[in-house]
Amino acid sequence: MGRKLFINCNRAIVEAAILSHCRFFAGYPFTPATECLEQASHRFPEVGGVYIQAESEVSVINMLMGAAAVGVRCMTATSGAGFSLMQEAVSHMAGIAELPAVIVNVSRGGPGFGNLAPTQGDYFQATRGGGAGDYRCLVFGPATVQEAVDVTKLAFSLADTYRTPAIILSDQMLAETTEACDLGEPLEPAPPPKWWATTGCRGREPIYLGRPGKDYGPYAEYLSGNLTLNLLGLGHLGQDPDTFEAHMLRLAEKYRRIEAEEVRVETRDLDDAELVVVAFGTAARLILPAIAQVRAEGLRVGLIRPITLWPFPSQLIATVAPRVRAFLVVEMNMGQMVEDVRLAVAGQAPVHLFSTLGGVVPRPEAVAPALRQLAAQPYAPASRV
Amino acid sequence: MQQVFAQSMAAALQGRYDYCAGCGHGITLRLVAEVIDELGLREQTIGVLGVGCYSTNPVTFRFDCQLALHGRAPAMATAVKRLLPDRLVFTMQGDGDLAAIGTAEILHAAMRGERFTTLLLNNANFGETGGHMAPTTLLGQRTPSTPKGRDAEQHGYPTRITEMLTLLDGVVYVARVALSKPSTIARAKAAIKKAFQVQLAGKGFSMVEILTACPSGWRLSPVEALKWIDEVQTKTYPLGELKAVGV
Repeated sequence: MGRKLFINCNRAIVEAAILSHCRFFAGYPFTPATECLEQASHRFPEVGGVYIQAESEVSVINMLMGAAAVGVRCMTATSGAGFSLMQEAVSHMAGIAELPAVIVNVSRGGPGFGNLAPTQGDYFQATRGGGAGDYRCLVFGPATVQEAVDVTKLAFSLADTYRTPAIILSDQMLAETTEACDLGEPLEPAPPPKWWATTGCRGREPIYLGRPGKDYGPYAEYLSGNLTLNLLGLGHLGQDPDTFEAHMLRLAEKYRRIEAEEVRVETRDLDDAELVVVAFGTAARLILPAIAQVRAEGLRVGLIRPITLWPFPSQLIATVAPRVRAFLVVEMNMGQMVEDVRLAVAGQAPVHLFSTLGGVVPRPEAVAPALRQLAAQPYAPASRV
Repeated sequence: MQQVFAQSMAAALQGRYDYCAGCGHGITLRLVAEVIDELGLREQTIGVLGVGCYSTNPVTFRFDCQLALHGRAPAMATAVKRLLPDRLVFTMQGDGDLAAIGTAEILHAAMRGERFTTLLLNNANFGETGGHMAPTTLLGQRTPSTPKGRDAEQHGYPTRITEMLTLLDGVVYVARVALSKPSTIARAKAAIKKAFQVQLAGKGFSMVEILTACPSGWRLSPVEALKWIDEVQTKTYPLGELKAVGV
């Protein structure tokens, strides 16, 4: 058991990052993520870390790239449009340089400038990627302050393991929630050494963010390296036109492994469920009373709450789909995660959407009638095409 | 026969040349490698390279290098130097990289007085894309995107960003040099060394703007290109130390 705090979510995430040996924070003020920056501004120097307020989110994410490239755990926190500005570098860190970092996106109302209210409209941006090319990021959608603490530590750990950025998708309501949490133990005594870090070549050959065409032995798998060189035709000193394909194949294999091994999900009452609600983060937390109420009335309703939004619990959903009468996806957006649910269900059951927009949150008194209505519909197995 | 000169650069691989005939980047690379060797810092150096023809440098440099996104090298180098203050950290950026897309990053890194060194390669065009207009392209200069020559009314004026940076309190040492003939090349090397020493002394931000020939982009022969630097480019971009505070 670690230090117990009564603290708001933004600040708790920063404390969890410090316990994860994160020692570099760069940020730019952006409501409703700014408390992360405030907390980091005094806490990082206290623990011997580096804190920088940058001139833009573009600069922030490139500072993170520099910090990650020298092997230091690093993070930032932003919101909506600020996260949009980071996408070029996120794509590069995920798909080319393969650098770990943790990025907190406290979603506010979108699109564009939006407003300050809570939404989940950045689901696509986080899970599909807003940058160029084929890549994925680990994405976590915590529902409570305690879970935000837990997934922050997990995010740093997995980001290092897979050398890839991790995104924590929070929202304004969760961010401003103050509640008790247990920070728990530090992630590990110290982060594992990073052989690929470009810290100066004392006692070894130079590294060019991982230069292709060199024999890095057991690390070769993760050494996809500096693909800019490949793009310039200099991979393997310009002799091997297949280097970029080989890199992308390795990347695809890495993503397959993450999908197989790193799904985190909470389920409730799936054993007897005829109706299954799928929701994440704040939406999931808010509708728990509705589910409890209709279950008390005798409706067999279960819950699937993805904690990792990528990798998505597609396998679990596919497994329960044949014995489910209907799914109800509850989201604070026009219907984004519902697409992932439909892909997983693959026509085995009807998938309905309960959507709230513009900062309106799903209220239990609105969701419960929707569940009753679904339960009252005659059972009609979806046609299998 | 008596040997009067021998190349001995630990900081650069020999026998590689990735540039067009007459390009000044190879000279820059050699000067940087020589200075790093003279300072004995090859194993403590981290190069952060922008996007341009010089992005191929890591294949030639024999020390750790990172490739930055277009224009963002100063942001990356900021983090590197803050986290590893005892290393020699420099960015190498072209005039398009630094003075166009990366203006915010260089300005704010200089404003903060970040203790790394920037080497700005000014060849008056976007060399890598095929010689298109850059912020540093001279008035009247013809490029594929200014086929009738750069016109102030339509395209604006050449940017003297190095002079702009001298106004910032965080900037300690700024010089402009040219790679046009042996004497100016010697001065260029001295300026690079001085900038690195300013950094190592922890005094503040240092930068050297290097006028470097781009015969392919300028549609000139290598010899004509060197003459063009001296006779044309230096009229808009005068050489010398522009700022040296307590150096």
